[in-house]
Amino acid sequence: MRAFAALLDRLVYTPQRNGKLRLIADYFRHAPDPDRGWALAALSDGLDFKGAKPALIRALVEERTDPVLFRWSYDYVGDLAETVALIWPERPGANRPPSLAEVVERLREAGRGEVPALLERWLDALEPTERWALLKLITGGLRVGVSARLAKTALAALGEHDAAEIEELWHGLEPPYEPLFAWLEGRGDKPELGDSAAFRPLMLATPLEESEVEALPFEDYLAEWKWDGIRVQLVSRGGETRLFSRTGDDIGGAFPDLLDAVGFEATLDGELLVLRHGPGEGEEVAPFNDLQQRLNRKTVTGKLLELYPAHLRLYDILFDGTEDLRGLPLLPRRERLEAFYERERPARMDLSPLVDFRSMDELKALREAARDNGIEGLMLKRKDSAYLAGRPKGPWYKWKRDPLLLDCVLMYAQRGHGKRSSFYSDYTFGAWTPEDELVPVGKAYFGFTDEELKRLDKWVRDHTTERFGPVRAVEPGLVLEVAFDAVQRSTRHKSGLAMRFPRVHRIRWDKPAHEADRLESLQALVEG
Amino acid sequence: MVMAMPAARRAPPHPERWIRVTPQGLHVVPGDFHVDPVRPVERAVITHGHADHARPGHDKVLATPETLAIMAARYGDNAGAGRQALAYGERVTIGEVTVWLAPAGHVLGSAQAVLEWRGSRVVVSGDYKRRRDPTCPPFEPVPCDVFVTEATFGLPVFRHPDDAGEVAKLLHSLEVFPERSHVVGVYALGKAQRLIRLLREAGWERPIYVHGALQALCDLYEDLGVALGPLEPATAKAKAEMAGALVLAPPSAIADRWARRLSDPVTAMASGWMRVRQRAKQRGVELPLIISDHADWDELNRTLDEVGAPEVWVTHGNEEALVHHATERGFRARALSVVGLGEEDEQESWPPGEGSGERSEEGAGEEDGS
Repeated sequence: MRAFAALLDRLVYTPQRNGKLRLIADYFRHAPDPDRGWALAALSDGLDFKGAKPALIRALVEERTDPVLFRWSYDYVGDLAETVALIWPERPGANRPPSLAEVVERLREAGRGEVPALLERWLDALEPTERWALLKLITGGLRVGVSARLAKTALAALGEHDAAEIEELWHGLEPPYEPLFAWLEGRGDKPELGDSAAFRPLMLATPLEESEVEALPFEDYLAEWKWDGIRVQLVSRGGETRLFSRTGDDIGGAFPDLLDAVGFEATLDGELLVLRHGPGEGEEVAPFNDLQQRLNRKTVTGKLLELYPAHLRLYDILFDGTEDLRGLPLLPRRERLEAFYERERPARMDLSPLVDFRSMDELKALREAARDNGIEGLMLKRKDSAYLAGRPKGPWYKWKRDPLLLDCVLMYAQRGHGKRSSFYSDYTFGAWTPEDELVPVGKAYFGFTDEELKRLDKWVRDHTTERFGPVRAVEPGLVLEVAFDAVQRSTRHKSGLAMRFPRVHRIRWDKPAHEADRLESLQALVEG
Repeated sequence: MVMAMPAARRAPPHPERWIRVTPQGLHVVPGDFHVDPVRPVERAVITHGHADHARPGHDKVLATPETLAIMAARYGDNAGAGRQALAYGERVTIGEVTVWLAPAGHVLGSAQAVLEWRGSRVVVSGDYKRRRDPTCPPFEPVPCDVFVTEATFGLPVFRHPDDAGEVAKLLHSLEVFPERSHVVGVYALGKAQRLIRLLREAGWERPIYVHGALQALCDLYEDLGVALGPLEPATAKAKAEMAGALVLAPPSAIADRWARRLSDPVTAMASGWMRVRQRAKQRGVELPLIISDHADWDELNRTLDEVGAPEVWVTHGNEEALVHHATERGFRARALSVVGLGEEDEQESWPPGEGSGERSEEGAGEEDGS
């Protein structure tokens, strides 16, 4: 338990992705089987233990501590698991600390009534950081800022493999993953992928730079709309159906409506959207905000299903039945997708239409005009492109429409993390109301060079009016030209608006603050 | 002076009759002096060199030779007009009160002030810890009638781990991230030198780089016989050469502009406050090291048992929890709420405007006598 606890402890405090990767890889390299396999399970898909609920932990600690001291301590620390871990008064005696594997295996076998005694014994035997890790583990919320993808990437580094290879194998494997570690360390064969609903690494597009547009042999490409949803992979195989995010996280639990619509065997690539009734005939894509109501949940209520119905807009097919189509060029793959769709006519799914064009100029005009709901721009895919994992440069481009721009006034600056911890690098900016007040409309922390960051940091320090912990309020004197993809209504902000994907486009050192844009200008851009 | 026959027949006076809290701090009435006064006074007994206990501008100062040297290094001519050194265990009489000093184990020169008047003995312990510290002698329990204690970590969540394990955490991080520098926030007096010694004991023989604000006190420790090994100024080398370097700096410098000269630093901080994650995260610390110069909860309570005083006064920190618990355990306990103590963090650690929050500031020193 010690090494796992030390790992979680470091991860909580390490903001940088690379730092996390190094720490996890270091753990995998040194921890024994099957501990590390259970750790991998905890960090990636999570481990679920019945009967180990916060209320039980609270009851255990209350039996052993003075209620007044416990209350003051909890008030001070602010987190139950941490308070219990720190305050737990060990009973002296020869307690042998359990390994991670022992904790997991015992808890999985234990009946509900046995859990309290097990926990009590372990809490007595462990150190405070280990107790904290134990409690985080069994109550199911590690919250150490590690995605399943990150854990797998760290794992891949063990054997200098690509994370995509692990993604492919993942759903055919079970914790504690001993054959997987054996393969990665060169001690065993690559695990066989059986007939399971496995995630297949996606093919990703690169942004099309303005400088590349003229030279692009447009006649070699198919065009599609770039939909403003999230990229997913729907897999049905061997009687199992799963919905994966772009990075291979299984998000199916939140989309039972979509899974229920599957009556076929295939692996499909598409955009997850929420549709709603449009003003005229048929349905239109709802704002991204609606889709967000369905994301990041383990389960979903009937009300959410009704309010925000899920839809899959298909643009590629990787497997039809068990036939692997990834080696085919795009054009015949598209034909197979259309044939599949005609054959199955699945509910809650449609085809992403091809966009017809005859010249690059026509395509440019289409992109400029692409201001409809749910469209972010265009996708350009080479007609002869096989389906390749990763982000090869050339076969697929995303060509987003130009961002919206607004001149905003810097209001607050917050210290960054990691490399930027000595800089005020996160900026909240506002727009003028009709009453000539500034209200915050968004926050951005990139879009400037290191040199500009130094200058911004100095400006913030020289123009501070108030400090709140790591945040400084500044006088209204600096205009930031902010780029953003869209603006939506939001109850979270005082302005009632929320920008999507805001970033600093230019710093207008020259522009007086009172000449910055007004809130009305932003309101006029609201969609949906 | 405990000698007059009639006094010997009477019961010793209760300490409440001869020690009071005034706006200046603890006033010892029959000797007319203050212990660790927060404002300039005529005569002061100083327990140790931290700025919240040893303030400048007193007329006469009594302290250990080491504490006097620390005050002279910090305040120069303002360290007190008349300075009297008193070694541990040596006795002196001020007015009617006998005073001697016992080691407190907090920092070099730190002492408990033992005060005796007419058969009654009070120990003002200042700040103390019970762990081994390679830079100063250990705390000595002195039996007494009233024990005056701090309670900086007076909550049962504060139970400091073993120092060696925390130092191992730092060394492990240097192994995992050999291309990054590691900058550790430490108080300039005590923590810096103790951490350096702990690192040397753990086998770190390479130079340790120190921020300019730590240099003078490190030199002083060396002069007073605490060997620290090779130290170099943190500013002397090019950024690229600082890869893998171990750097110590005051807490206020570690996440500020000063740290930009370092090579992609891992930000660490050595303090008892690092026990609580929220505190560490607030400060942007990536590698919290729980190394404290104060007694933790268990040590505070163990100390009350060892000292054996029937009555306990708590000066600063989380007084209410320690008072509550001591009362439950049969001590007569109360909070003194001495204003101005326990602020070494504010001065040495927290940047202005980022107050630490829960320090007790209320209960301004009204007369608290009979």
